[in-house]
Amino acid sequence: MSILVTPETKILIQGITGSFGARHAKLSLDYGTQVVAGVTPGKGGQLFENQVPIFDTVAEAVAATGATVSVVFVPPPFAADAILEGVDSGLDLVVAITEGIPVNDMVKVKHFMKGSKTRLIGPNCPGLVTPGTGENSHGGCRIGIAPGYIHKKGNVGVVSRSGTLTYEAVWQLTTRGYGQSTCVGIGGDPVNGTSHLDVLKMFNDDPETEAIIMIGEIGGTAEEEAAAWAKEYCKKPIAGFIAGATAPPGRRMGHAGAIVSGGKGTAAAKIAAMEDAGIAVSPTPAEMADTLIRHWKGK
Amino acid sequence: MNIHEYQARELFAKFHVATQPGSVAFTPDEASQVAAKLGGKIVVKAQIHAGGRGKGTFKNGFKGGVHLCDTPDEAKDLATNMLGQVLVTHQTGPEGKEVGKIFVGQAVDITRELYFAILLDRATSAPVVIASTEGGVDIEAVAEHSPEKILRLAVNPFLGLQPYQTRLIAAKLGLTGKLMTQASKLFTNLYRLFLESDCSMVEVNPLVVTAQGELLALDAKFNFDDNALYRQPAIVAMRDVTEEDPREVAASEYALNYIGLDGNIACLVNGAGLAMATMDIIQYAGGSPANFLDVGGGATKEQVAAAFRIILGDPNVKGILVNIFGGIMDCNIIATGIVEAARETSLAIPLVVRLEGNNVAAGKKTLAESGLSLVTGDDILDAARKIVAAVAAH
Repeated sequence: MSILVTPETKILIQGITGSFGARHAKLSLDYGTQVVAGVTPGKGGQLFENQVPIFDTVAEAVAATGATVSVVFVPPPFAADAILEGVDSGLDLVVAITEGIPVNDMVKVKHFMKGSKTRLIGPNCPGLVTPGTGENSHGGCRIGIAPGYIHKKGNVGVVSRSGTLTYEAVWQLTTRGYGQSTCVGIGGDPVNGTSHLDVLKMFNDDPETEAIIMIGEIGGTAEEEAAAWAKEYCKKPIAGFIAGATAPPGRRMGHAGAIVSGGKGTAAAKIAAMEDAGIAVSPTPAEMADTLIRHWKGK
Repeated sequence: MNIHEYQARELFAKFHVATQPGSVAFTPDEASQVAAKLGGKIVVKAQIHAGGRGKGTFKNGFKGGVHLCDTPDEAKDLATNMLGQVLVTHQTGPEGKEVGKIFVGQAVDITRELYFAILLDRATSAPVVIASTEGGVDIEAVAEHSPEKILRLAVNPFLGLQPYQTRLIAAKLGLTGKLMTQASKLFTNLYRLFLESDCSMVEVNPLVVTAQGELLALDAKFNFDDNALYRQPAIVAMRDVTEEDPREVAASEYALNYIGLDGNIACLVNGAGLAMATMDIIQYAGGSPANFLDVGGGATKEQVAAAFRIILGDPNVKGILVNIFGGIMDCNIIATGIVEAARETSLAIPLVVRLEGNNVAAGKKTLAESGLSLVTGDDILDAARKIVAAVAAH
């Protein structure tokens, strides 16, 4: 098993005809992912790449194809509405790639979703990948914008806010011969659907995941909460890394959520919480895989 | 995005939040006119995006960016001493900020100073109100030393701040009788301002009770959600680029995410997380980062060239570290962009490039055959050590 998605998961893409959505829809198809539907209001009845049916609404797409997961590539002013449409259609999972959704919109989405069966990942995230067994991990489930070929099927779970730092960790693992169960990018916004803690719990319960890399960054206290839980309950070795130790306070470092304010959300506090929880913290982003392997295998 | 104090007061007026009467002035004559209109005791305040103005010093020797006076002529003299002069405070750095405008307001006879803020609480993903009887001081210090003096109150995002909640806060602040009615109205209007202007924080410090029994929002700090600026044209119109780092202004024109720092090793990276981590690793390797720069996932050659020009426009920069993990992006396109930018800018300082990812072999070949004196790094740590060593030797 993996977490959240398997190579058999049927996904639909909201915003499949936009340039960004279309590009990544094609890459997911090439990777062997079950992209079964696209949604673009007004373009229902057309085909994407001569093979994927396009629908006007998510509800129609779900009814016709049995898709259970949606990925949102819709521009920021319309993205919150697109997420709500996915939730209303009873999907298991909505993955919002869109960067730049107003925080007030996400506050409403998050409160609307309370008690619903849908999980949200993102927004402003790279998505997730469960690698396949083919060459360059072909045949896996690629949802979002991560490069598929850097993955390898295996037993390490990766969770991170940042896209490129996830790719760094994955590539380090793959080139050292360690594959991944699932890699999840939870996104860099201050209000998001799934936290580090949520993903850690899933990895802890997943029999295929044997070890975990957790990558965080300055801002908020999500990493501290995950570490406190891991100290008590996590049965699996974890390596961690926190980005932003040199970031000046009060400045947003690219990600809307990456800000140290009022002395809260510093890298030092997060690293201390992780070390206290027995997580092996990598001193640099170049040593994330090596730190995990040492901690896990003792070599 | 930050705004000036006088702009904050304009926002207060628009949302009927009671504040001190006054107006902005751009010349000494305007200052005198505003003072004459207000009458009575006057306060004159330099308008810059930095705190500590009252205790600051102008480079012309004039002390203090905040003064009280009694007549329009005195207001005019104060304005003459401030306008066009450079004010240095503990937040501006030694270079200071030029004062282009001043706020001229009615002086307020304060009897009590309180604290009131609305901000987005990340832990609950909802707005939260923070209030305290300890106003006019550093609220973080109050939170640390006397947390019992701080009230935190969660707001339901669908309902908004309810009238009973405004009375609860007023009661905790000791605002009774007519002051409770005023407080209730002020808090309600401030919440509307917070929501309708897409703020991530509105902090009123101090909120004051005057000798005349009025409750006024005397000074305020606003943070706006950058993601929502597309639907806030009135807020965007308040942007004052003369207050921003010129390097950051130039970068924003090319949709580059740049933040200037004090070090001497510039970095150019794709992805915000990796860009932060690259700054960190420069420091880990013994150097000092000159900036944060995220060129994004789909950077063009033009953006890379613009990034090089901005980096090289900083006289402190003594070396450049390029760190690209080209997952989907073709590394050879990036390499070509780097070579062109280096040639175009006649690069004369050390450059270390670490490329990884899609089509990396072709990218490395392009760099090697460019004839440029650049160094390639095997991984991020190797690259960071090489640029630190090169800058030390240069």
